[in-house]
Amino acid sequence: MKIIEMRGITKRFASLVANDHVDFDLERGEIHALLGENGAGKTTLMRILYGLYRPDEGEIRVEGRPVTIHAPKDAIALGIGMVTQHFALVPTLTVAENVVLGFNEGFRLDRQRIAEEVAEAARRFGLEIDPAVQVGHLSVGQRQRVEILKALYRHARVLILDEPTAVLTPQEVEALFATLRRLQHEGLSVIFITHKLAEVMAITDRVTVLRDGKAIATVRTASTNEEALARMMVGRESFGVRRETSARRGEPLLRMEGISAVDDRGLPALKRVSLTIHSGEILGIAGVGGNGQHELAEVLSGLRRPTEGRLLVEGRDMTGASPAELNAAGVGRIPEDRHEGIVGELSVADNMALETLPRFVKKGRLDRQAIIAHARRLIEQFQIKARPTDRAKTLSGGNMQKLLLARVLSRKPKVVIAPQPTRGLDIGATDYVRSQLLAQRERGAGVLLISEDLDEILALSDRIAVIYEGEIVGILPAQEADVERLGLMMAGAAREEVLP
Amino acid sequence: MSRWITVEKRETPPLGTRLLIPLLALGGTFLLTSGLILWGHANPLRAYYYFLIAPLSSRFSLFEVLVSATPLILTGASVTFAFSGGYYNIGAEGQLYAGAIAAAGVGLLVGGLPVPLAILVLLVSGFLAGMAWAWLPAWLKVRWAVDEVVTTLLLNSVMAYIVSALLNGPWRDPESGWPQSPEIAASAHLPKLAARSRLNLGFLIAVLTLIVLWYVLNHTAFGLKLRAVGLGKSAARFAGIPVERTMFAAALISGGIAGIAGVCEVAGIQYHLIDALSAGYGYTGIIIATLGGLNAWGVGAAALFFGLIDTGAQTVSRVLGVPVYLGEVTQATMLLVTLAVLLLQHYRIRIGRR
Amino acid sequence: MEFIVSLLTATLRVATSILLAAIGETYAERAGVLNLGIEGTMFFGAFVGFYVADLTGSLWIGLAVAVLSGIIAGLLMALFSVTLGVNQHVSGLGLTLLLSGLALFAFRLKYGGRSTPPSIEPFPLLSPFRGIPILETLGEQYLLTYITFLVIVPLAWWLLYHTDFGLKVRAVGENPEAVDAAGVDVYRIRYLALVIAGGLMAAGGAFLSLAQLGAFTHGIVSGRGWVAIALVIFGNWDPFKVTLGSLIFGGTFALQLRLQAMGLQLPIPYETFLALPYLVTIAALVIAGRNAAYPAALLKPYRRE
Repeated sequence: MKIIEMRGITKRFASLVANDHVDFDLERGEIHALLGENGAGKTTLMRILYGLYRPDEGEIRVEGRPVTIHAPKDAIALGIGMVTQHFALVPTLTVAENVVLGFNEGFRLDRQRIAEEVAEAARRFGLEIDPAVQVGHLSVGQRQRVEILKALYRHARVLILDEPTAVLTPQEVEALFATLRRLQHEGLSVIFITHKLAEVMAITDRVTVLRDGKAIATVRTASTNEEALARMMVGRESFGVRRETSARRGEPLLRMEGISAVDDRGLPALKRVSLTIHSGEILGIAGVGGNGQHELAEVLSGLRRPTEGRLLVEGRDMTGASPAELNAAGVGRIPEDRHEGIVGELSVADNMALETLPRFVKKGRLDRQAIIAHARRLIEQFQIKARPTDRAKTLSGGNMQKLLLARVLSRKPKVVIAPQPTRGLDIGATDYVRSQLLAQRERGAGVLLISEDLDEILALSDRIAVIYEGEIVGILPAQEADVERLGLMMAGAAREEVLP
Repeated sequence: MSRWITVEKRETPPLGTRLLIPLLALGGTFLLTSGLILWGHANPLRAYYYFLIAPLSSRFSLFEVLVSATPLILTGASVTFAFSGGYYNIGAEGQLYAGAIAAAGVGLLVGGLPVPLAILVLLVSGFLAGMAWAWLPAWLKVRWAVDEVVTTLLLNSVMAYIVSALLNGPWRDPESGWPQSPEIAASAHLPKLAARSRLNLGFLIAVLTLIVLWYVLNHTAFGLKLRAVGLGKSAARFAGIPVERTMFAAALISGGIAGIAGVCEVAGIQYHLIDALSAGYGYTGIIIATLGGLNAWGVGAAALFFGLIDTGAQTVSRVLGVPVYLGEVTQATMLLVTLAVLLLQHYRIRIGRR
Repeated sequence: MEFIVSLLTATLRVATSILLAAIGETYAERAGVLNLGIEGTMFFGAFVGFYVADLTGSLWIGLAVAVLSGIIAGLLMALFSVTLGVNQHVSGLGLTLLLSGLALFAFRLKYGGRSTPPSIEPFPLLSPFRGIPILETLGEQYLLTYITFLVIVPLAWWLLYHTDFGLKVRAVGENPEAVDAAGVDVYRIRYLALVIAGGLMAAGGAFLSLAQLGAFTHGIVSGRGWVAIALVIFGNWDPFKVTLGSLIFGGTFALQLRLQAMGLQLPIPYETFLALPYLVTIAALVIAGRNAAYPAALLKPYRRE
């Protein structure tokens, strides 16, 4: 019995076809993976099923009946629940308030009653959580539990999970999988969006592979393997950038000595972090998101002042230096969130000139021609698909990232700070960014790579430091690191001798 | 309740739509305001004639349009400067009066100076006074992140009381007893540009300010930094631009330009400080900056058009007896209608149940 | 003692209009919309209340129509800030300028020819505590003041924190995506919040013309709307804390009135006292506003995709 059938779904965004006549079906009681690279159209397809987008063509059936889903309200009424990547939770409300939002009976909000009901539901589904606590105070794993609880509380029979493991430790992932298996036995059907092959093999019954907006195939998990899935997903035999093994570690370039920092709420986020980046190496920072990576990147970008400790660049004390001063000292910084690093309404050329404006001033007047010429050179050199006068916000994610790379790398920085440099990029752009980082290492620069993608860390780094709750809990040479060992450290379960 | 009006994005606006925008905005505005004209027992078509055509038909009234446009160009430029830098200065009204107070005060003391020098002293002191009045909210913004919208608005009220205190206290006209300051020295009067009209040097100062605004915003590193801060604070900060310092500078310069507007009204038109020096020019400047798209030439065009509306409203009031506030209503309506119509460019508006 | 009691009495009276408007603004901002139309809505409410009361001879009809006009103003603000998603600063100020202009236009049209400023018999003061010391003076208030402090504020608080609607309002100003994903119509909630806000703002304005003054003047609101916005920030978007803020402003204002009434010969102009409440409000904003937890979605129009 098919609980969901989607036939010939097409969704266009301007010139981009996000879903191209996609067929998809879901059996009752199965866990079904929707596998594909970033931009393959997985999330779009599910947002259509959940009523967040409207398809341009195609038909949806629920239990054989054709339905039209205008809004999440309709999807919920049909027993469909979705846990999006960015949690749809209100941090200032309590767990119970979040769970009943839009599903409260009557006009009154009886706090006592909803707290009891939510607690009862949590027990029933095995998702223990305190209903009275504010969501803003919960860990990421706990928030995800609230999201699942929210869907189940609304009597979801179909649960869509969008990349649910991206923010979890390997141990939390195991716990999530156990929960899903139990709910599956109780008759829940799950659509599991992912791009991680190991997870597909571990938890799902069937897989539908999407590539460039098209459904490539639907297969039983038991009858396939990771290699076959990878081929379908990527559409070519091999992929990824490989690291040359000839690491020549040179002299220390940037040194952090016992740096501590607080987050936006004033809570400790970095605790006495000591790290050294040497010439000719890539130092990878592994860790589950939200363990201080953001603050680390900000301190090294000059955006956040450390509360203690020292930051030395080539032996010179640069503690608390501004972004401009760090630039001048040869620290090249790539922004963690490219949309926050680019002024979308300004032109590509202006964005490229922004860090080095004095170079383009002649007698107090801004030399427009020089700015455009500079942009032309970088566009050529970094193969950016854009014109100098295009507004930066019209660029694709990959080209935006190339623009930022070009701005930084064209100045041949001694140190490159690269937080989450490939997040959200397609395969081509990811390969490009990674090869550029490796080229920096070959040139003799020191690269700090902060990434939540363990495969990326393993593929690129010469040394790997693990950050957990704002502390560096271990530093390993790349050849000694493997997923198990790093996973335990990322979960705070193990420590290694810390050698700065 | 399902939504009756839905707005959908579209990427490339049809050319026809883009050309239609100003016409639609104009038509919509006058359609909406014609109800008021009818209420005022006047014929809308006649009213429009006096409103838009009559002021352009004689030399005198044409000059009056320029006179009305002068403070609007300046406050529009002031607001444009601040808004471009992402600083929401709603305090141009107060800063204008700060400049006016400086002009009225300094204007009493410059009697011995040659005319160009006297005028220069007035302009500089008005600029400084406007800056000074803009300083507190700007400082609170960059130092303590206190919302500048609220503080600049509140300071407008405070300034109104300062003006009142001066006019009812030390500056009350000793002869007439009117609440107006003594006349400023003749050497500080802005020279007339044409005989038998009120058109004066202030208009040229305003135009010059627009040119400077255009040059700074588009052709200097400071202007680019300013716009970067206004359009994307975090990206600007990341690129090494001192965001707070830039915003602070934008706020002060904005205040200074508004101060110049006050100087021009005192030294060019009234020669006294009076209570009703500004007919809400500081607030109208926000409309003008918005309609002008934060672009110097757009601001100039919008200010001239609003000058026409102001002059026309006087005529309509005099000839047809429709209250002069028709001008204000028309200006505000035009802002709102334009904002709505502008959306047509990028959105398709669908009415009805889907 | 007598001075303090009479000061407190005046404080409650003065605070009423600002409090009504500030509670309204609280709802608008909690739903994610900064309504800078507040000043104009108050002014328009003051005029409509006065005009209709003068026309019909009934203060209550005047008040009701004023509230209705505020609701329409709220709908207009919603059209621009919610449906069309226009910059809230600009659309709010535009609304204020439009409504101020309209009120002045109509006032001039209807009362322009009179030589004496028109006035009406305002709402009477109630004195329910006759014979009880202190309370007798303190309780001498307008019915609207009683309603505001004893009904509207607690009701606003209850609605916000103890009803389903309030939950949605609080959620929609923090994370509209979450509300949408929960199957709730974001626009509908914002429209409703702005309607409530507009009604209360206009009521605050009408209180000035129908109770406090019994007349309509150009300076009747004179920045009280802006003060209300500051008080909302000061009060952390909580109806009771906003009430506290409005009492501080009202107190400063009342003190200023008392000092004027005492006719002291002071070496400083009396305008200093008039400006004092605004300065105190700025100071309060600086002290409390630094750690203000603005609703996360304030100023951000919501668009799916």
